[in-house]
Amino acid sequence: MVHQQEPGAAPDDPSGASGAPAGAPSEGRDGRRSLVGRHTGFVAALREAGLPVSVAEGLDAVRAMQMIDLVDRDALRAAYAATVVKRPAHRATFDTLFDLWFPAALGDGAAYTGGSADGAAARSRDPAARRVPPPLDPEVQARRRELFDLLLSGDDPGLRQFARAAVAEYGRTPGQESWFSSGVLRAMSPETLMAGLLEAVLTGRERGGMAERVARRDFRARIARFQDLVATEVRRRIAEDTGVERTARMAVRPPLERLDFNRAARADLAALRREVHPLARRLATRLQQRQRAGNRGRLDFRRTVRASLASGGVPLSTHHRPRRPHKPELVILCDASDSVSAFAHFTLLLTFALREQFSKVRAFAFIDATDEITRFFAPGVDVVDAMTRMASEADLVWITGRSNYGHAIKVFEDRYADAVTSRTSLLVLGDARSNYGELSLPVLRRLADRARHAYWLNPEPRSQWDTGDSAASRYGEIVPMYECRNLTQLAEFIEELA
Amino acid sequence: MTAAGTGHGSTVPADSAEFASPADVDRRLAEVGYLADEAIATTVYLAQALGKPLLVEGPAGVGKTELAKAVATVQGAELIRLQCYEGLDEARALYEFNYKKQLLAIQAASGDRAWQQTHDDIFSEEFLLERPLLAAIRRTGPTVLLIDEADKADVEVEGMLLEVLSDFQVTIPELGTVAAVRRPFVLITSNAARELSEALKRRCLYLHLDYPDPERERDIVLARVPGIEAALAEQLVRTVGTLRDLEIKKAPSIAESVDWARTLLALGLDELDEAAVARTLGVVLKHVSDQERAVKELGLKG
Repeated sequence: MVHQQEPGAAPDDPSGASGAPAGAPSEGRDGRRSLVGRHTGFVAALREAGLPVSVAEGLDAVRAMQMIDLVDRDALRAAYAATVVKRPAHRATFDTLFDLWFPAALGDGAAYTGGSADGAAARSRDPAARRVPPPLDPEVQARRRELFDLLLSGDDPGLRQFARAAVAEYGRTPGQESWFSSGVLRAMSPETLMAGLLEAVLTGRERGGMAERVARRDFRARIARFQDLVATEVRRRIAEDTGVERTARMAVRPPLERLDFNRAARADLAALRREVHPLARRLATRLQQRQRAGNRGRLDFRRTVRASLASGGVPLSTHHRPRRPHKPELVILCDASDSVSAFAHFTLLLTFALREQFSKVRAFAFIDATDEITRFFAPGVDVVDAMTRMASEADLVWITGRSNYGHAIKVFEDRYADAVTSRTSLLVLGDARSNYGELSLPVLRRLADRARHAYWLNPEPRSQWDTGDSAASRYGEIVPMYECRNLTQLAEFIEELA
Repeated sequence: MTAAGTGHGSTVPADSAEFASPADVDRRLAEVGYLADEAIATTVYLAQALGKPLLVEGPAGVGKTELAKAVATVQGAELIRLQCYEGLDEARALYEFNYKKQLLAIQAASGDRAWQQTHDDIFSEEFLLERPLLAAIRRTGPTVLLIDEADKADVEVEGMLLEVLSDFQVTIPELGTVAAVRRPFVLITSNAARELSEALKRRCLYLHLDYPDPERERDIVLARVPGIEAALAEQLVRTVGTLRDLEIKKAPSIAESVDWARTLLALGLDELDEAAVARTLGVVLKHVSDQERAVKELGLKG
């Protein structure tokens, strides 16, 4: 067998082996020991990847494993997921690591139980024989036809098997030491099958309509699934060569809530967007609750007396008039320049989400000029539309197109000074990099003094503040500045408001 | 209804109401029309086998509450539901004394009775108003306790839940500790509007319920809407999937897929083409902006 090295970090087993029957054959004991080792290694890797797995949860997982059929890999996955993953955002990381620690196959695809690993290895071909470029290689073409049928029928087990075989065949080119998914995907180029797939299901029907869109989405999902399977299989092969733990460290991306806004890819932004809404709701309730806590409203004499009739005239419970709910007003001033584009994208999302939560929100974006963008974010409007319209219609650029905080703040005061009143919370979002321009500190101080609260969220790591053209601490003296580069920090900021 | 037994032994008789394996969960839930997948079946089984509360999170309308109802039905258990909301407190969730009745009892008591005796009388079982959590703990029959939308409640409620769910007992100062005679199957749902505390999550098993994959959803539609053609159900489910992928405010839930299928059936439509979708879009999308977006993205001639 290829695969006997144990994860090195596994501490000597804490409990499991002692549970083995005294007379158990030594290999059974070893099996159990290795299972415990595998478990502790897996949990350690989850922790290293940023999942907060407590000791109790690890023990729960062990207990759960005694309840299920360990040969059923999906049940094992479900058992681990139920006990150690408590946030949807962590699920992707968990799946990647699970596939590494509990691989679906060994070597070239022999299952746990059956035969020698080399039996199926017949496929690995002599590198010298493959000199023909893939599109001309008849074997590659035959493979692609096979893939086409699998994608068309949506046969998931078949696809999994195919991915395994394809990696064995094309995952390693001559001279390469390691495994790569790029070789497989280049040879199979699944995206180019799309046209044919659509052709096959839309026979005769009108193109460009709804049917095509629906079908296209399906196939796109299946192709993505195939790419996923290939990537998983490649990771598994690498892990067999170089050890599970090293591979895990390379394969895992930070979980969503620690993901840097500025490095987020497009897909991440969609996920972030879903996370932002609950946070906005929380921010809104925080700002409201500050008011609500404290004394109840005035005594409602009439209702109290009426209620006392039920208890013989003794006013057991007093009724109060509801307090007029405090409607917090929020003014958001956000940097929409390129240097913070990903962050700006995120802040606009936050703006949008806040807009739906607060009774009165006015949002302003600036680059080197400032414009009100509230109108683009009316409640009920589509967020993607709003962003595109804002980009094309709002008057944000004055001369340079590089952020100029000084001018932006001045324009803000000139044109929208009335937006900030003693009831306003002012929220500034930006990296405080003014391209060595002026800062308009007195103007900002006037605004901050007038507002009820003022906060500044800065997407740059604190260590980079005040380097180069950053005026972080000079602005920070006027408006309390918080580092906010991921959802965790945003949530912390919101908690701190309470 | 509720039996009065407080603080008996804690042995729970195993009987046929309990699930024997994940496959058993799967089969029995399917009998009452809840189609589970492997993850759901395994997690429900584990929650039962480990005696832990099950926290189910996910978007609205994927069948979280339904799951609790289905489990209650197949186990022949009584479903006790605690609906959470902002401002929910101990008196509403756990127990309360019936003040009015107590007051009447005091007024009715003859003057020569000692105060201490009156006091003991009015803080007795008779004056206790049971709320869902206490009711679930005191029941001797099989019970499913559904704590619905826990994210809507205030953080303080979670503290109370922690105490109840980790030991399955409640301390009432005047009466003493009430321990569960028989552990209820606890299911907590959340729409993740607020992150629940780590402490609560640690004590629960966790299931993230998402929209089902197309095959499972098709089966659900077929099971719920008798008389619909399989091909139409398939087409419908795939269209709903496409709608869910659009960036819209309220993605269609399973219930809405089912409603849609019923609508198509009622209108006698046997194919879901652009015209049919345009006519019936209001069944699945409940916001004007969502509908506009769908019309644009799907190329409907609205």
